[in-house]
Amino acid sequence: MNEPALNGMAQTEHDRKKPLLRPGNTNCGGCGMSIALQMLSRAIAGQPVQLVVPACCGAVAVGNYPFSSFGAPVVMSTFACSAAVAGGLARVAALNGEETRVICWAGDGGTYDIGMGALSAAAERNEDILYICYDNEIYGNTGGQRSSATPLGAATTSTPTGKPEVKKEILAIMAAHRIPYAASVSLAHPEDTLCKLRLALEMRGFRFLHILSPCPTGWKSEPSHGIQLIRLAVRSGLFPVLEIRDGRQMTINVEPDFSDLALAEYLAMQGRFRKSGVTAMVLRDAIRRHWETLRSAPTGD
Amino acid sequence: MRSELISANHAAAHAATLAARANRKGRGFCSGVYPITPSTECMELLCAQEIEKGQVVRVEGEHSAMAVCIGSVAGGARSFTATSSNGLAYMAENVVAAALLRLPMVMMVANRTLGPPWNIWADHGDSLLLRDSGWLQFYCADNQEVLDTILFAYRLGEDARVMLPVMVCQDGFVLSHTMAQTLIPAQEQVDRFLPPLSVSHRLADQPHALGSVILPQQTEVLRRRHHQAMGEALNIYPELQREFAEIFGRELPGPLVGYRDEDAELLILSMGTLAGTVERSVDRLRERGVKVGSLRIRLLRPFPARLLREKLARARRVAVLDRDISPGFGGVLWGECRTCAGAETLVQNYMLGLGGGDVRPEHIEQLVDDLRGRESAGEPMIMEVGV
Ligand SMILES: Cc1ncc(C[n+]2csc(CCOP(=O)(O)OP(=O)(O)O)c2C)c(N)n1
Ligand code: SF4
Repeated sequence: MNEPALNGMAQTEHDRKKPLLRPGNTNCGGCGMSIALQMLSRAIAGQPVQLVVPACCGAVAVGNYPFSSFGAPVVMSTFACSAAVAGGLARVAALNGEETRVICWAGDGGTYDIGMGALSAAAERNEDILYICYDNEIYGNTGGQRSSATPLGAATTSTPTGKPEVKKEILAIMAAHRIPYAASVSLAHPEDTLCKLRLALEMRGFRFLHILSPCPTGWKSEPSHGIQLIRLAVRSGLFPVLEIRDGRQMTINVEPDFSDLALAEYLAMQGRFRKSGVTAMVLRDAIRRHWETLRSAPTGD
Repeated sequence: MRSELISANHAAAHAATLAARANRKGRGFCSGVYPITPSTECMELLCAQEIEKGQVVRVEGEHSAMAVCIGSVAGGARSFTATSSNGLAYMAENVVAAALLRLPMVMMVANRTLGPPWNIWADHGDSLLLRDSGWLQFYCADNQEVLDTILFAYRLGEDARVMLPVMVCQDGFVLSHTMAQTLIPAQEQVDRFLPPLSVSHRLADQPHALGSVILPQQTEVLRRRHHQAMGEALNIYPELQREFAEIFGRELPGPLVGYRDEDAELLILSMGTLAGTVERSVDRLRERGVKVGSLRIRLLRPFPARLLREKLARARRVAVLDRDISPGFGGVLWGECRTCAGAETLVQNYMLGLGGGDVRPEHIEQLVDDLRGRESAGEPMIMEVGV
């Protein structure tokens, strides 16, 4: 293959000619969603897919009628019900013997908060869909209010002095549904991202991917620092990168070094933690306890 | 064709099943359902059916029930759901979305009072809450009409000139739980009446965004087209009515159903099963020499204004009966109808049977006495009919 190398991976023709996220979209510079969609595009590699996007930044990214920034058929759903709409689409595709994979592309608001009921029910029914939550830890679309994915101490427009509560643990919640596949994805580890996207696309039944998605606008960070921030979140143990099969077998995909320096740097590189003054010291204990729970879970090795 | 003694809930489920199977040569059938009194038995019977190339999804709430229907029709399949009262209110956001996305489907609404305080009896306030949702709305008067109207609704809503979802309403318990001998057509007849659904804007394999961001002027265009499609539904109604009669061998009533109204000086307008009681009263009043007639609004959206104007042209006095109330205004049906009467005509609003109160012929006679004794129309009146 005479393709130029990109970040250790071959760039395919598909990346340039038929991207999932087309040029001209209105995402902010440095938006993690843009990176994640490019990776998804690569994983899809021309397979037939249909997307469901609820109200979120992703819905704005699709752009104005009659144009579409998405290189695949997409239906915009109301905020709370992308998983249910996707269930309908997937069942109709199956009834017609089509190989089409139906993908929900939802923010943390549409996943952790208002969409939780429909998401939980679709998981319980084991609908044949891939649900991807790009988690920017904020309501980006409406200008940056808190969600239950916002971490402790992060300032948002509705928690101006920093959020007093801790982030909801979505992966544990989804794994408790005993779905075939639930995984967290690190955009700082392209192999991890691509492998999980490919695997989740190929599997059947309800698959859930959680992508920590840098949002320079909401995180008050440099647009060019997105990947670095994710790497620090992974290294420090703040964002565990793992996968859980059938709600039981867990595999840690990236071992953190639990560096306090990385954690401090992660906080310092973002304006959103400044007001509350939340420190690495404060977070370290919670991270340690969380990892103890993780380590005691049955593994898939 | 066979005849069975069934409730209107079951009549609706049979109609939905027949329509579902009729699309087996198309992209099939998929429906989201959730129980609520008094529409529950409809979804239960649907869940018990074997449908070739069809699925019924038992979801966790009405919002998702409609979401599954939206996804299904966006994928090109036929769809159906049934609900009542708070279920419809809870579903509302997606009810509107289905219409705005121009996804044809049918929903049976067994009308019930909104709460809390909880009341399970018939009241039109639930579906009237969604009068402006962009759906067509039928209000039926008997079990056969429920079954027939659901089949008709698929044909009407799926017509390329219309492409809109249709609500088929029936009074909770009065019809939903009352057994009546009902003709159930053969699959072969329904197959002829309902060709496979074709949704030209469905998601296929080409990039295409359904429901993306639009600007005010694009919204104006879409609303105009939506409004025009409603008008088209009225235009093509008679043509589809003829086809219905040819295939099923019985008449499907029009948007307005008159009873002894031709020479009536006094007209009583109503919706749903109230009209049955009104028609009984008309007979009794005619015996006393009162020139009274009944007019039933069967189709509320699109509103058959032209037909109604013609019917009201001869009447001197009109009573509009509402089994609903818009507090601070009056009856919703009255608000719709009063502008269709001439300037000389006295139009009086009576809201009665609210919360399912049992409206009997003596109540109708009472209000006719009131109407006849009036010098002019007064404020909308609430008549308490008791239990
Ligand atoms: C029922 C409903 N409530 C509120 C809104 C307004 N709204 C649109 S997007 C959004 C937040 C989305 O946040 P998230 O899911 O985290 O995605 P992001 O915008 O951050 O990408 C809100 C509150 C809505 N569209 N629908
Ligand atoms: S607000 Fe954040 S998530 Fe939304 S487009 Fe901008 S960077 Fe991306």
